[in-house]
Amino acid sequence: MKAIVWQGTNRVGVETVPDPTLLLPTDAIIRVTSTAICGSDLHLLDGVIPSMEKGDILGHEFMGEVVEVGRDVRRLKVGDRVVVPFNISCGVCDPCRRGLFSACDNSNPNHRMAEALYGGVSGGGLFGYSHMYGGYAGGQAQYVRVPFADVGPHRIESDLRDEQVLFLTDIFPTGYQAAENCGIVPGRDVVAVFGAGPVGQFAARSAQMLGAAHVIVIDRVPERLAMAEAAGCQVINYEQEDVLVALRESTGGRGPDHVIDAVGMEAHGHGPGALVDTAKQRLKLSFDRITALRWALLSCAKGGTVSLPGVYGGLIDKVPMGAAFAKGLTFRMGQTHTHRHIAPLLSRIEAGEIDPSFVITHRASLDDAPDLYRTFRDKQGGCIKVVLNPWA
Amino acid sequence: MSEDRPTPPPETSPPTTEPRTDAAGQLPALERSVMGSVGVALMGAGLRSARPLQKLVLGSVGAGLAAMAATGRNPLATALKIRQTPQGEVLVSDAVTIGKPADDLYRVWRDLAGLPRLMTHLKAVEVLDERRSHWTVEAPTGTVSWDAALTADEPGRRIAWAALPGAAIENHGEVLFRPAPGDRGTEVVVRLAYRPPGGSAGAIAARLFGEEPAQQLRDDLMRFKREQELGFAPTTDGQSSARAVGGQA
Repeated sequence: MKAIVWQGTNRVGVETVPDPTLLLPTDAIIRVTSTAICGSDLHLLDGVIPSMEKGDILGHEFMGEVVEVGRDVRRLKVGDRVVVPFNISCGVCDPCRRGLFSACDNSNPNHRMAEALYGGVSGGGLFGYSHMYGGYAGGQAQYVRVPFADVGPHRIESDLRDEQVLFLTDIFPTGYQAAENCGIVPGRDVVAVFGAGPVGQFAARSAQMLGAAHVIVIDRVPERLAMAEAAGCQVINYEQEDVLVALRESTGGRGPDHVIDAVGMEAHGHGPGALVDTAKQRLKLSFDRITALRWALLSCAKGGTVSLPGVYGGLIDKVPMGAAFAKGLTFRMGQTHTHRHIAPLLSRIEAGEIDPSFVITHRASLDDAPDLYRTFRDKQGGCIKVVLNPWA
Repeated sequence: MSEDRPTPPPETSPPTTEPRTDAAGQLPALERSVMGSVGVALMGAGLRSARPLQKLVLGSVGAGLAAMAATGRNPLATALKIRQTPQGEVLVSDAVTIGKPADDLYRVWRDLAGLPRLMTHLKAVEVLDERRSHWTVEAPTGTVSWDAALTADEPGRRIAWAALPGAAIENHGEVLFRPAPGDRGTEVVVRLAYRPPGGSAGAIAARLFGEEPAQQLRDDLMRFKREQELGFAPTTDGQSSARAVGGQA
């Protein structure tokens, strides 16, 4: 089959690889009908996520049709049309039973690698996202093996198009969880979203769905800001305005009640802090560039929430902790517990509250994917979200 | 270790010919004198060497060993996270919470002959009678065997054992089964203590050759948890990639 393969830092390619097979009786094989490139795939492209190996199949946002199931699979049958959460969860461990699916104890076969970095515990496995997260082959391919097939895949029974449900696999629940984590008081709270990429777009619209009085979106890319503005958000271009001043003015000097950092570890930012971050990252002294996080802590209102859907990898410093303490902020963060959001968000799509396909700007075949990785990374041609058809 | 562990038999005490200091964490005298001599010899070789890099490396390794000998402490052991008891035993312990009742988990462990399935570095455990068993372990030098006896057996709570006098590697250990707060099942705690041949230097050598008891124990406990909770181990072995067919690191 055809698959998108990580070939080294800043190198992805299309290669012919063996078709996946069932490795365990609880596996299923999915024929992928739609897959997408995620912003977090860019961290893999840039080589800032450790433990990638040449030849790994990428991709964690995918959906398709079940073509084979293992003998212990009960809920899924051949022919089912499913969306598959990007995180892999066993469904029986204590974190899974508490709905903390991304914190699954049991799904990462390479637990020791994550344990060494993260204080003796490992999160669950992820599709196509480094060996630290299990080394599972991803879904930017014609077929994919899905472990724990009774736990992750969610059947789509309505006639919604792929493009309307594909993002239930990651960016929609990720943006939604970021907004949910804020504990928005409807009609009262102002929410600021740093980063107007796909997750930021879904975070902003989710904040609106959850009743935020006002949503402000901060980015530097005009077409991203235009997309947020079209949804009724106020926008701030941080290259044209002083973000902290603009946020204070927009909120009567209080600051936004909650701030969502949908940027994460590779913030561009500007100013001396951003320069220091970049230099340290180049010298391998640091994984993370944290301009967005600094702005989030500095701008947030007293008693507010700083919600982090953006991915952080390692150790960070020059964090304005004094500001966070002085204002009594709450931090909420972590990998999305995708499984628990799919059904309620699917209902919202079916009810016509939101059509997630608004975020798509580029559609292509697998053969075009390597070019589109670069287009997406460099934010050229108005690129916000790429959807791939593995059979085109 | 818990209080009710029986005093080890006299044979497992430190060799009486090499009196040791009582201070916690101090190296045995024999190890100190060997280290001191090797350290001084290396420093000498370093100073005599014509090549600057060799001079630096030999000199600093030598100085390090000499310093360990002089202070009676092995910072390398600390840096490599080798934990030692005041008696000079290497201590390895870890814990895992498993969503099963303590009685179930106890029964699996109490079947000593089945232990090699849980602890992969154990090659075999042969049950000799109600209390005694014969243990065989893979070591870098081949297999090592000894007889052990149960020193505690509290159903659903604790199993403890110790090697009998004359064992090639003196060791003892225990497994605790504690109810986890809430409905989370059981906390399984494993503590192992052994006296590596060659003291802390032996433990470091073993570590450098890739024998990592702490990691082995961690892997064993995670495998046990997954076997109990899932009934199988998750895997990516044999999945597709653009490496050689079936290739998966």
